[in-house]
Amino acid sequence: MQVDNVVCAFCGCVCDDISVTVEAGRITQAKNACVLGKAWFLSHGQPSDRPAAMIDGQPADLDKAVDTAARFLAQARYPLIYGLSSTSCEAQRQAVALAEVLGGCIDCCTSVCHGPSGMALQGIGEPTCTLGEVKNRADLVIYWGSNPAESHPRHMARYAVTTKGMFIPRGRKDRTVVLIDVRPTPSARAADLFFQVKPGKDFELLWALRALVKGQVLDEVGLVGTGMTLAQLTDLAERMKRCRFGVLFLGQGLTQSRGKHLNTSAAFLLVRDLNSVTKFALVPMRGHGNVTGVDNVLGWQTGYPFGVNFSRGYPRFNPGEFTVVDVLSRGEADAALIVASDPVASLPGKARQRLTEVPTIALDTHESETTRIARVAFTTSTAGIHVEGTVYRMDNVPLHLRKVLPSPYSSDEEVLGRLLARVKELKPC
Amino acid sequence: MLRIVNGEVYDPINGINGEVRDICVQDGQIVADVDVTGGRTIDATGMVVMPGGVDMHCHIAGPKVNLARKMRPEDHRNDVMPRTPITRSGTGGSVPSTFTTGYRYAAMGYTTAFDAAVPPLAARHAHEEFNDTPVVDKGFFVLMGNNEFIMQRIAAKQHERARDYAAWLLQAAKGYAIKLVNPGGVELWKFGGNVHTLDDEVTGFGVTPRQIIQNLADVSKELGLPHPVHIHCNNLGIAGNWETTLETMKALDGRRAHLTHIQFHSYGGKPGGLFVSKAAELAEYVNAHSNLTVDVGQVMFGDTTSMTGDGPLGYLLYQVTGRKWANVDVETEEGCGIVPIEYKDKNHVHTTQWAIGLEWFLLINDPWRIALTTDHPNGASFMSYPRIIRLLMDREHRREMMKQVHPKALAKTHLPELDREYSLYEIAIITRAGPARLLGLKNKGHLGIGADADITIYDKDDDKEKMFACPRYVIKDGRILVEDGHLREDTYGRTFFVAPAYDPAIEADIREHFDKYYTIRFENYPVQLEHYLPRHQVVACSG
Repeated sequence: MQVDNVVCAFCGCVCDDISVTVEAGRITQAKNACVLGKAWFLSHGQPSDRPAAMIDGQPADLDKAVDTAARFLAQARYPLIYGLSSTSCEAQRQAVALAEVLGGCIDCCTSVCHGPSGMALQGIGEPTCTLGEVKNRADLVIYWGSNPAESHPRHMARYAVTTKGMFIPRGRKDRTVVLIDVRPTPSARAADLFFQVKPGKDFELLWALRALVKGQVLDEVGLVGTGMTLAQLTDLAERMKRCRFGVLFLGQGLTQSRGKHLNTSAAFLLVRDLNSVTKFALVPMRGHGNVTGVDNVLGWQTGYPFGVNFSRGYPRFNPGEFTVVDVLSRGEADAALIVASDPVASLPGKARQRLTEVPTIALDTHESETTRIARVAFTTSTAGIHVEGTVYRMDNVPLHLRKVLPSPYSSDEEVLGRLLARVKELKPC
Repeated sequence: MLRIVNGEVYDPINGINGEVRDICVQDGQIVADVDVTGGRTIDATGMVVMPGGVDMHCHIAGPKVNLARKMRPEDHRNDVMPRTPITRSGTGGSVPSTFTTGYRYAAMGYTTAFDAAVPPLAARHAHEEFNDTPVVDKGFFVLMGNNEFIMQRIAAKQHERARDYAAWLLQAAKGYAIKLVNPGGVELWKFGGNVHTLDDEVTGFGVTPRQIIQNLADVSKELGLPHPVHIHCNNLGIAGNWETTLETMKALDGRRAHLTHIQFHSYGGKPGGLFVSKAAELAEYVNAHSNLTVDVGQVMFGDTTSMTGDGPLGYLLYQVTGRKWANVDVETEEGCGIVPIEYKDKNHVHTTQWAIGLEWFLLINDPWRIALTTDHPNGASFMSYPRIIRLLMDREHRREMMKQVHPKALAKTHLPELDREYSLYEIAIITRAGPARLLGLKNKGHLGIGADADITIYDKDDDKEKMFACPRYVIKDGRILVEDGHLREDTYGRTFFVAPAYDPAIEADIREHFDKYYTIRFENYPVQLEHYLPRHQVVACSG
């Protein structure tokens, strides 16, 4: 059986043209998908013999696991819910409801990827567009601190570089593509211009570009050690001013290197300034398939995009106070619920350590570092393969996930819903 | 079963003006009589009974509303709603979170609200937020005034194809009406431009704003949509724009249309200069042309958030205020701009805007053709409706307020000369009966037999702000949700949409358009009804 127009929820590109072949209860082909998407469909589209629930590493009855997990959470004084970037908005909505009832913190992967972009939005605003605008109009495309060829393999073909659009009839020939990064990545081959900047010098270069765009005179001395010459930078500034529709794609090279939200703020300001001379937009290169969705769900339910605390019964926001790395490394959280994410594999040592010290509950579609240390681990079905749901592309375009296979496991939404119901019983308001 | 006895009833659709009578409710609807054994009787002696309020133009759901929430943490911090055993928590400010939006409308006696500007590509997002917006019934208007497919069809003189497409689009988005925002201008803004008159050509498409307006007004009529074309005119917020507004009214040439937040479009003066009120001139035209209706978009002083599908306007406001600015251009469809803004009573321009809104209320003769809105949150939050009602009902209070504003600006308007005071009957028209009728919602805005039992009961009070801010009871679908100012129950309302017929042959053209210019597949565009609209109601088209 072939299912067409399937939406891939693996990365922020959320390609929706995948043709999936299902044979004997497993996915055998994912046509049009990139190497990452293929791996996602094929690995999640296989039967699994993992138990639906485990307590302390031993297979357990699902009801018992729900009860045990709910008790850990209800007894905690400062529980943390984290992850959520690879699950549906329907599950994310349940997670926020649970955080509220628990009076705990809820944070998503945004806080360790594009949180600094969210903070730049709060300081400066954000001139942005959907990816179709890039396809139809952009004659100057700049990737900064991003390596789409490996992180978002179809980004350039579908949205930004080779694709043809209404005002870009010849596709690649009508565009200038610039890549700025600290090393020549495979993406550099697709660029007309590649600039290798020195690590930690992005802010200086962005600020110098702002000055040049505003017509100020700079000398070479200020650029020493940045990896770019004044001539290169002046040429780039001129290209930015001359283009008809420019777009800056920001990657984690900007958001997670020294300077963080100052880097993103400089980039946002640069793009804002450029709108006084031409049309320019920026789009953060969001990584996980629905990390943009969780920002949106938190946004509409609480008013804040990540790092939300419910200790006072209402939402509060403060990056650095209510964000995952901080809440864990300071030893504040005394229980953790991890959904569709693997922080034990990715967070800094102290934060990771804390997860092994407190009762950690994990929901994931497969075994991970986090499910291995979890006191209670649930195996869940995959949104976009086994269950329907909603995801938001990196440009906030919402798409509906299809179900292509049945699954013996409950969805994240169902498990979270059961935890919510049980916690409400254990912890009446 | 519920019987409300001895209340002073204001039900303008049924011509009831303050008569004391009983209202009976069964199974969520108004009925002639009811046996209340086992049910409830509310003694409304000395109270005012009205249908639930209907907000016909606000911004409460979808991508630009949510971007504004995410952009403005400072707007939420000092205005919070803790959770209760019944209700979800949230934050307020000018752009409240979804739960807070629903509860606050309900607590104010409003039971229906329509979002005025959703790009169809993000329709799914708006519906998701609706599902987290409690109590109120809702729907949204679909942005079409800069839709590239429509502009191409108009340019090719294929009016029928534009119509079929519009019908398809309303169905795909599960939307309610056709909305135009700065027709043609937002398309040009995508390369940094704008239109300035109705006859400027939209470069690359060979159409003019005038053609877009006329075609989509005709489409709305031909499809028999319950609400006529809903127009945000060109040149919003620019001194001298009243001429564009008048030209738009003339271009409609007898076609039915609703001109929204008309206050923002009633400015004389020279571009870049101070505003001069032209409310009187435009109101005179509207008074004489029964095909036109308006809502006001009243400005109230204080901090709020401007959010608009009018991208170039957003940029203009950023240039004026220097505050943070978000802009989102949406492929082949629309755009949007968001800027925080503070309206100051000592500011010449802001005083003029405030006065123009009030002039509109006081100069339109027929209250059925003007609706109370603030274009929430653009002019002010919907939470300011009770204050506006007091300004309209209480001349002395209005005069007191006039003492606090910019005197020279005020002197150049007609407001000081206007003595009119609204009656409770007229307030009932501009806040519920009128908007319901303009929206074509036959079961809303009245208390006749068969109407949805959405009822608001107020304690009478000379202070009309107090009276309308805190209703004694709010009943939604026959259930008493608010009692003595407290929310007693959490419910979810329905979503209204239309499903006009179209020639399916159009789908081949649309599919081709998707393949060329969109970044999502044609098949993945339409909103899945059962998944995203668990409680929906199709409103019939008359075409």
